[in-house]
Amino acid sequence: MSVAARERRSEDLAAVARGAVLTRGLGRAYGDSALPPAGVATIASAVLADRILELDAGSGRLRAEAGLALGDLVWALLPRGFFPPVVPGTQFVTLGGMVAADVHGKNHHVEGTIGRHVVALRILTAAGETLDCSRERHPDLFRATLGGMGLTGHILEVELGLARVPSPWILQETFRVVGLDPFLAALRESAGDWPFTVGWIDCLATGRALGRGVVLRGRWARAEEAPDGFPRPLRRWTVPFHLPGFALNGLSVRLFNAVYYRRHPRRPRAGVVHPETFFFPLDAVRSWNRIYGRRGFTQFQCVLPEAERPGAVRRFLEVAAARGGSSFLCVLKDCGEEGEGLLSFPRPGVSVALDLPMRPGLAASVDALAAATLAEGGRIYLAKDSLLTAERFGALEPRLAAFDEVRRRWDPERRLRSAQSVRLMGDPP
Amino acid sequence: MNVAILGATRGIGRALARQLAARGDRLFLLGRDLEELGKSARDLEARAAPAVASVGTARCDLLAPEGFAAALDAAAVALGKLDAVVVTAGLFATQDRLEGDPALCRQVLEADFSGTVLFCEEARRRLLAGGGGRLMVFGSVAGDRGRKPVVLYGAAKAGLARYLEGLDHRFRSQGLIVVCVKPGFVRTSMTDGLPVPPFAGEPERVAAEAIRALDRGRPVVYSPGIWRWVMAVIRRLPRAVMRRVGF
Repeated sequence: MSVAARERRSEDLAAVARGAVLTRGLGRAYGDSALPPAGVATIASAVLADRILELDAGSGRLRAEAGLALGDLVWALLPRGFFPPVVPGTQFVTLGGMVAADVHGKNHHVEGTIGRHVVALRILTAAGETLDCSRERHPDLFRATLGGMGLTGHILEVELGLARVPSPWILQETFRVVGLDPFLAALRESAGDWPFTVGWIDCLATGRALGRGVVLRGRWARAEEAPDGFPRPLRRWTVPFHLPGFALNGLSVRLFNAVYYRRHPRRPRAGVVHPETFFFPLDAVRSWNRIYGRRGFTQFQCVLPEAERPGAVRRFLEVAAARGGSSFLCVLKDCGEEGEGLLSFPRPGVSVALDLPMRPGLAASVDALAAATLAEGGRIYLAKDSLLTAERFGALEPRLAAFDEVRRRWDPERRLRSAQSVRLMGDPP
Repeated sequence: MNVAILGATRGIGRALARQLAARGDRLFLLGRDLEELGKSARDLEARAAPAVASVGTARCDLLAPEGFAAALDAAAVALGKLDAVVVTAGLFATQDRLEGDPALCRQVLEADFSGTVLFCEEARRRLLAGGGGRLMVFGSVAGDRGRKPVVLYGAAKAGLARYLEGLDHRFRSQGLIVVCVKPGFVRTSMTDGLPVPPFAGEPERVAAEAIRALDRGRPVVYSPGIWRWVMAVIRRLPRAVMRRVGF
């Protein structure tokens, strides 16, 4: 996806956001959520507005400007015995972006999305008014902004409750499982005792091997379990150039998946690991997306109500396998309670995330995956989407009407919009 | 090291203050807006090691030289002893805007030359009185040659660089170490909206290279380093060429 638009940056975020169609963070959404509509030349960037305004160790509260990068926050908090209550799979996101996507992490079954921990937001509305909103003040705007993809107002500041951690290290266990049902059972059982769980399965394995995968679970190490030293930010490798388009094919992905699978033990093996290794494994390789070549890739992520519809994940994965498309990673995570955000993604069930290398005809495959999601009563994650149609999205998202209602109140002309909202929500181009 | 910084709320100064705080230096922030200074001070306290003391602030405006002495005195009192003074503050506007707006032009010339020089004089006196110290000031590659897009801004920065050179010659033996940093094009809010040329730098990298120069006491440092060679070429281009090219 090429971007002809230019970012406007300033430490004074309100100054560049005023009048802009959208404010973006570090641009890690996989689709077009953080891109302006085709005819709009500029977009505000929050990344220079990155100050921690208040860090109260007594109450465990943080107030910061929306452009603060998660990685910077992590390393400010860990020495003080705190950690963000919810983190996604990369630290190259901003606080504002985390709120806009209402991100979830490996602890969703316990802590919910980031929105649950947001105490208040300072928002620049489409009308140019700066407002503080929370569960008490302008609750409609507050709820619509959690997971609202930046369409309800420019997020200027975020106030957040933090998690206290007993050490800066993670105690992790991994093991492999054969078969989808045992795999889902292992995820479910792990959720009872472990605050962090996630699983990876080999989408290319079929038949009885379908759902062979690796379960990863963890918790913060207690002080007596932790190594003596304090973890330092990890050094990063870089993929120096785009690999040729053919590098990632059915065979190489199959090989990678098989090797990855066999590297993990049959029985749970425990070890203390660096928090970056545990939470942000892909960040270890900069520009890792280059392995997909110049055409790049997108993701598809849905959550399926497996408890109400047993077999939903299996049926979905069968559609995915039939559609092919060499997914490097297929990540499964059991989700807990639904968040407050009007368009917040997670709901009780199992979330499935697939990498999809760009290729001709991908839109049809994505539509088939969306149809399968719809058939199971699931929903999709806007932060991963770039190819869905408005019609399919409308069917998948009965909550859209309530979200539209709030936007009508705060932005009747829909001045705030993105390429994605033009595509999916009928916004003016 | 105890460092007073003028201009730490934004851009390269913000990055520089964070890197100094992260390694345990004690900071005092000077700038135009007390509320902004306070926010940046809280940010530095939160980002630095928990042991770092609180970061103080005082108002100081390059266009108001009468306040320089009091601002630097406040820094010296808060820090106990002043080891280094850093100036990243400055004003910038495009040549077109400066040509069309004499009032703005006067402000830029005053802030970037006479204001900065007078501030450095106050800083120099205090550092020498304490037995010496380090003075690091941000010039610009724009001062290295009279060029079409930076005639006025470049003139102020050229004068500043010459002043800093003289200061180094005159007071080095008394323990005053003067560092002139010449950044090339750096992607900050100051240059937001301008077309990005080749060899553009990021503020974090420029800050890291400036700190290395400050520690080593190098009198002149280009950052990103390639600008040293770029400017070496541009300085040698004949006038006939400079009249024709656009840079």
